Amino acid sequence: MSSILETKGLTKSFGAITAAANINVTINEKEIVGVIGSNGAGKTTFINMVTGYLKPTGGSILFRGRDITGFSPRQVTRTGICRSFQVAQLFPELTTLENMLVAHAMLSKKRLGMQAPMKSQTNIDTAMAALSGYEIESYADAPVATLPQGIRKLLDIAMAMASGPDLLLLDEPTSGVAIEEKFGLMDTVMEAVKRSGAASLFVEHDMEIVSRYATRVIAFYDGHIIADGPTEEALNNPEVREYIVGSELHLQKPEDDQNAEN
Amino acid sequence: MLKTDNTSRNLCIAFVLLLLVGLILPNWLAFLTTIALAKAMVVVGLVMLMRAGLVSFGQGLYYCLGGYTVGIAGQHLGITDAVGILFVSAFIAGCLAALLGLLLCRYREIFFAMLTLAFSMILYGVLVKTSELGSTDGFNVAKVTLLGWQPSPGQLSLVVYSLACLVAFLTAFFMHRYYQSGMGFAGEAVRENEIRVEYLGVSPQRVVFIKYVLAAMLAAVGGSITAMIAGHVDPEMAYWTTSGEFVFVALLGGTGHVVAAFIGAFLFEVIRTIAFDLAPYTWQMILGTTLLLVIFFLPKGLWSLLKAKKVGGNNV
Ligand SMILES: Nc1ncnc2c1ncn2[C@@H]1O[C@H](COP(=O)(O)OP(=O)(O)O)[C@@H](O)[C@H]1O
Ligand SMILES: [Mg+2]
Repeated sequence: MSSILETKGLTKSFGAITAAANINVTINEKEIVGVIGSNGAGKTTFINMVTGYLKPTGGSILFRGRDITGFSPRQVTRTGICRSFQVAQLFPELTTLENMLVAHAMLSKKRLGMQAPMKSQTNIDTAMAALSGYEIESYADAPVATLPQGIRKLLDIAMAMASGPDLLLLDEPTSGVAIEEKFGLMDTVMEAVKRSGAASLFVEHDMEIVSRYATRVIAFYDGHIIADGPTEEALNNPEVREYIVGSELHLQKPEDDQNAEN
Repeated sequence: MLKTDNTSRNLCIAFVLLLLVGLILPNWLAFLTTIALAKAMVVVGLVMLMRAGLVSFGQGLYYCLGGYTVGIAGQHLGITDAVGILFVSAFIAGCLAALLGLLLCRYREIFFAMLTLAFSMILYGVLVKTSELGSTDGFNVAKVTLLGWQPSPGQLSLVVYSLACLVAFLTAFFMHRYYQSGMGFAGEAVRENEIRVEYLGVSPQRVVFIKYVLAAMLAAVGGSITAMIAGHVDPEMAYWTTSGEFVFVALLGGTGHVVAAFIGAFLFEVIRTIAFDLAPYTWQMILGTTLLLVIFFLPKGLWSLLKAKKVGGNNV
């Protein structure tokens, strides 16, 4: 297997707090990796660093062997990594279809046109096809502000995937979604990811979901990685059981409606 | 799903009608309409910024720059060709905006508004102190020519009126298409969520920069036309009350459609003329009250009246 993403000694501190310390992660082509860890363990910080939202305090990020440390989110997107957000990042006053159309227009290789209509029939067809890939085409004409959480999450992911990336980083795709809808959502997302051939990494608190979809698990604790291996093995790691799996069982409500982080 | 959009056709019809009506309009009304069209040019640019979530309180900077370009070109450089000057003035404004835009595109909300205001007041301050350009009084502008032809004083206002109609038509025509384009929607995207824009591989700063430069060029063209029809320029054109007036008109018309700026600008001039006749000392109160009423009852501007009617009509 060839690796696409490699981080070496990735570190981030906020003043006295070390949010991520010496993170060494390798992601391989087409792999599906689950990331677990309680709140504040540094999972989002990791994704923020890889996608250029935060500048690492130390260490480096290689994408297909190319050093992308210090890239802006724009550049990271253009190199082939995309992400979804813990709280869906959308254009609330535009409709679902318009959101998707904007995503396609911005991600296309061409410059943003100033006269060619964005809502041409070809563009609409492409955008509708993308929406159907995530089973949200029936919401096309609804303003995003009126959408249920689960649909917003799917749209957020669909827009990220519009770039046709090699690697998708999903930050808590099922947070804020009703328990009974979580598996359906993950099924839809994972099928779309498989179709695209991208590798993916998803942050998740529900161990049932992790074991169902991930072939490998990385466990974060207090800014460090305490386990990294095949799902079964990582989830049975004593430290993981003590610090993460155990606490998740008691802590039924993770950081669902938290808006502080992007 | 695609609604038929008759705007382009309607704009062409409106253009022809305006040109024909120009032949019979009384002088004062032709003057008022030309001023309204000129100011609407500025407002169109402002609306483009507002659609991206930015309010400039300093479009007077470019409006004034455009006016003074006409004045200086005619009086000091002997260049009087109306069309040529419009291009020159748009170019100069574009250059200045590109310079200031480098700084401004990093600011949002009140900071953006205040910085634009500050820049316009700097120009005002400079002009007031420049006695060669008439200080606070400004100076008279040489009569413009058209491709070497010098219209008689009687023809001049009709010539400028027709030019204003042409420029306004072209602006509305292309701006309407612009609103529907990728770059047009990018403005709304920046207003709604810059993080998402970044992650879609586009720089929100760049989007704002481009819009700021375009808006400046439109404002300069508006200022130039105003100078041509009024035959006079003064530093008041850069004063904050002038910039405020453009914001007023933008709110009056609304940001929903390019034509709203033109309707807003025309009504503004009409209301002001009437208010000035009725109450020479307190006409601002009438304008203020109008704006309050619009904000309370038509938060999306006068345009929402037209739109509501259309939707209603389709439903019945
Ligand atoms: N922008 C920030 N400024 C200061 N501290 C931050 C910031 N972002 C995250 N942190 C801190 O870094 C730690 C890791 O946060 P985060 O990566 O969001 O955790 P997780 O996503 O695993 O819940 C937490 O202690 C959090 O308070
Ligand atoms: Mg997080």
